[in-house]
Amino acid sequence: MTERGHGLDARHLLRDLAPRVLGAVARRHGDFADAEDAVQEALIAASTQWPSAGIPTNPHGWLYHVAVRRLADQRRSDDARRKREEAASAELHDDAAWLRDPDTGADEDDSLVLLFMCCHPALTSPSAIALTLRAVGGLTTAEIARAFLVPEATMAQRISRAKQQIRQSGVPFALPEGDERMGRLDAVMHVIYLVFNEGYTSSAGPGLARTDLAEEAIRLARLLRAQLPGDGEVAGLLALLLLTHSRSAARTGPAGELIPLDEQDRALWHRASIDEGIALVSGALSSGEVGPYQLQAAIAAVHAESPSAAETDWRQVLALYGVLERMSDNPIVTLNRAVAASMVHGPRAGLALLDALDADPRIAGHYRLDAVRAHLHERAGDRTDAIARFRAAAERTASAPERDYLLLKAARLADGE
Amino acid sequence: MRYMMMMNTPGGKGGDYRINDWRPEDFKAHIAFMHRFNAALKEAGEFVDAQGLTPPGEAKLVRAGADGRPVTDGPFAESKEFLAGFWILEVENEARALELAAAVSAAPGPRGAPLNMGIELRRIMSAPPVEG
Repeated sequence: MTERGHGLDARHLLRDLAPRVLGAVARRHGDFADAEDAVQEALIAASTQWPSAGIPTNPHGWLYHVAVRRLADQRRSDDARRKREEAASAELHDDAAWLRDPDTGADEDDSLVLLFMCCHPALTSPSAIALTLRAVGGLTTAEIARAFLVPEATMAQRISRAKQQIRQSGVPFALPEGDERMGRLDAVMHVIYLVFNEGYTSSAGPGLARTDLAEEAIRLARLLRAQLPGDGEVAGLLALLLLTHSRSAARTGPAGELIPLDEQDRALWHRASIDEGIALVSGALSSGEVGPYQLQAAIAAVHAESPSAAETDWRQVLALYGVLERMSDNPIVTLNRAVAASMVHGPRAGLALLDALDADPRIAGHYRLDAVRAHLHERAGDRTDAIARFRAAAERTASAPERDYLLLKAARLADGE
Repeated sequence: MRYMMMMNTPGGKGGDYRINDWRPEDFKAHIAFMHRFNAALKEAGEFVDAQGLTPPGEAKLVRAGADGRPVTDGPFAESKEFLAGFWILEVENEARALELAAAVSAAPGPRGAPLNMGIELRRIMSAPPVEG
């Protein structure tokens, strides 16, 4: 195997092992926050040693062993915790410890416990995202900082504060029960969705590393699905991410400019992701209670199955948005339903639906409302209104590629193209 | 040495760069120039950071009032010039920083003519040694 291939291999393995090792260390040696630090150090040690020295026979045991040693080192300098140090160092002196799998059978559950822990409602979204990527995703602080375009020290601080908050909340290292479990599952799915969106929309300017975030979100959704194979919404979430991500190669041009759905080269869409997404969402829809992620995935599937933009089954899209709108009180859903309505009943019908949104403070004045109005005015042949709306949207968006796209649309209309 | 290079563009009703009067090909050429400029900076190892700012329509000037709470002015949509974006550069010497600033000042505008925008160049002070 080449050096490069070896390194890549080690990286994948490390990220798969990260939550299992952390689960084992946290379970055996107490405090989640300390365990998380120790595992992060073990991961960094492995990522520098494994690519050149080779992957050890029992990589899980190796990481566990190194993490426990770090934990013991930390505690040695901390008098108040001497007792727990003894437990850790006793294991350390057992030379064969790293050859055994330290937590047989408990691995899979721990990933779920960790996800639920990192997506704790006491945390703000940026904190939950960062902690999830590190503790469950096995990314280093430096990698996460790069993906979010912030200095490493800032990200380290964000993670450490998140752990502080978890510690203060006194939540035990266990799965929540009953209703709380369902509520927390929603939070977990939302965090995964936000990680994906961060990679997908590049809200803070251009950046290549951000597509990694979309892939990481898909990996986390797969992990969640492996834990909860019977949950329709988890399947719906994974399907939605796969179907959306399948278009990533087609949605930007050579200079990073945005290409809208109806102008994309569908040959560039990633077929395997589409097939997997469609299979997942079909299975989920036919077998249980329908939820918002499944519906969004079903809408994405309609687009994915259409051979061209012109052949899109807009009636079905409109019907699905209707169901989604009744289920979730979200103005962005209404915005999308207006687009679908305009494709079925004409642009004026779409514009009429948008009027209700001007009274909704959550979206009134948002650039997306202007952008959708601009497109509908353009299709209705109101050139002056379309230009004004495109410019208004361009003034308000915080995304550079989106701004460029909107200004170019306005310029083309003004130029009479 | 590090410099902050700030791109000031004409304000006025047109929003950023008065772009409303531009033809699509002029606009595309301008964006392509900026992409090339940044790629070349990265290639040369002189790129530290670059950020574009949203237009000044929503910008606010904030001061603390007597009670410590924010007192704001703005927006400033009609200001004569405004900061459209900035770069942080790591360059060998001042001459190179001046050269880069001149290059970006001459970014193409309508019909490919150089814009000759005002570019403000400020040397970044070095930080004290970090303890560690």
